[in-house]
Amino acid sequence: MPRLNDVCRYVRSKNAGPFWMTIDLFFDGPESYSLYKDDPAIGPAAVAALYGANVTDLRRYCVDDLSVVKISFPRRQPQGGVLERDMHSGQQYVQLLDLDLSPPA
Amino acid sequence: MDTADRATLQSRVLVPAGALGSGVRADEVEAGLAMSPHAIALDAGSTDSGPAYLATGRSKYSRQAVKRDLSVLMAARAKAGIPLLVGSCGTSGCDAAVDWTLDIVLEIAGEQRSTPRIAVLYSEQDKAAIATMARAGRVRPLAPMGPIEDTTIEACIRIVGLLGPEPYIAAVRDGADIVLGGRTTDTAVLAAVPLMRGAAAGAAWHGAKIAECGGLCTLHPTSPGVMMAIDTDGFDMVPLDPANRCTPRTVSAHMLYENSDPFRLVEPGGVLDVTEARYVALDDRRVRVTGSRWEATPYTMKLEGAGGGPFQTIMLVGIEDPAVLADVDGFLTRMLGALQGRVRRTLPREAATIDISLRPYGWNAVSGLPLAEHTAAPREIGLLFVATAPSQALATEAAKICNPTFFHFPVKEGNELPSYAFPFSPAEIERGQVFEFHLNHVVATDGPFDLVRTRWVELDNLAEI
Repeated sequence: MPRLNDVCRYVRSKNAGPFWMTIDLFFDGPESYSLYKDDPAIGPAAVAALYGANVTDLRRYCVDDLSVVKISFPRRQPQGGVLERDMHSGQQYVQLLDLDLSPPA
Repeated sequence: MDTADRATLQSRVLVPAGALGSGVRADEVEAGLAMSPHAIALDAGSTDSGPAYLATGRSKYSRQAVKRDLSVLMAARAKAGIPLLVGSCGTSGCDAAVDWTLDIVLEIAGEQRSTPRIAVLYSEQDKAAIATMARAGRVRPLAPMGPIEDTTIEACIRIVGLLGPEPYIAAVRDGADIVLGGRTTDTAVLAAVPLMRGAAAGAAWHGAKIAECGGLCTLHPTSPGVMMAIDTDGFDMVPLDPANRCTPRTVSAHMLYENSDPFRLVEPGGVLDVTEARYVALDDRRVRVTGSRWEATPYTMKLEGAGGGPFQTIMLVGIEDPAVLADVDGFLTRMLGALQGRVRRTLPREAATIDISLRPYGWNAVSGLPLAEHTAAPREIGLLFVATAPSQALATEAAKICNPTFFHFPVKEGNELPSYAFPFSPAEIERGQVFEFHLNHVVATDGPFDLVRTRWVELDNLAEI
């Protein structure tokens, strides 16, 4: 059973403005991309739950030419508040790396 | 269209870096001038670094770093006889930040003995005027915000509106050599001159989006500059450094960067749609992009507003004691209870307004999330203490009250008191005020000039300085 980090060459997170976060999953090629892009572990419900977002606010895009899945959603708190731990959301992707994906059917 | 035709129709914009003050390279700018650009344009601000810059009006980059970049660019501008456009001056693009930048420009002009015509575009907004527009139903929230209230506006120290390209175009048409803009969309300041010269709108906005962070759309992002060349059909992107390369992948991937939607970008007066865009290598350094579309919409401008919150005082200790590290979570739960108890007993009236937060760097301070059971003990942690209170004095009072407990808290009740490793004396550091973003809204205007004030500075007229 592969982990997300085994099938992506690069994963990153960043603010998209002060109120949103965006995560880019760069798969390691078209094959991994087509096998795993729709895996429930990185689906809208799972990602919204991980980051405390409302699934109806979450947006998900498949960029076929780049073998990239992009997921954007509102931050738990706007950037820079009293309990801010990651001003740019630059480390928020790390908890995704070990997610178990389902083996190809 | 063949290459020669395309070159004559091109509008070339030299983008020397992703941000003014981040370090333009004089050799790259020189290489760019050899490509006969029609303008030099770049951005000097963003909300990326947090709300403090807008709330205080201070620049994120040092004055000397901004001056050094501006010196290179003003000399290049004068040599080539082309306009220099700077958007979102001084990080936030509020009036004070624009004037701070203007002051540097005037200083350099004196040193370089040049007399450029300078147009200054202010886009800070009067709170009462925004409140009036809000009551007229012209201010719309963007997700996840609710409708704007008077209290939301009141909570802001400063509000800026994000300008589109039109005020820059008007300034250049009226003879500006240098345009210093208040808060502007990153793309608008780069797209302005190509749009003025009749380039395709979709290509101009798309090229500007790709070039907005300078070298980030190239193979070696540490080389900061790129040249974008927009024509009536598409655009070409090429790095300024002859050793650097753009590839279809590096160029197209930049649509993902700090963007919630990789295909559609909402801008003042329209939406850029790149769903059908095609990215093709012209050679091993240049990429051509076609198929970008611009959909005109009624004019809107985004608003940004930041205000001041409570104050914080912090302390830091290092802990290597294996007994603490064997159960970091249990230790922190007990320590936090003891700290909160000290604050309650010592400041009974104020305690409810004081927040104490412990963040163990080396354990889970960054995510704040529980770690998996049986996670191996770290070798050391840096334990950050944060007291947040309505005034700086009270936050510091709370830190001082907590100091002995934070310094000596034992692993077990009844043990000898340990001493953790403070790196500083005094141990408490007054970090200052917490600032917060309050606005994520757009305002419908009657056009691009409603929320901008243009001022001209004529350097040969000393009375203006």
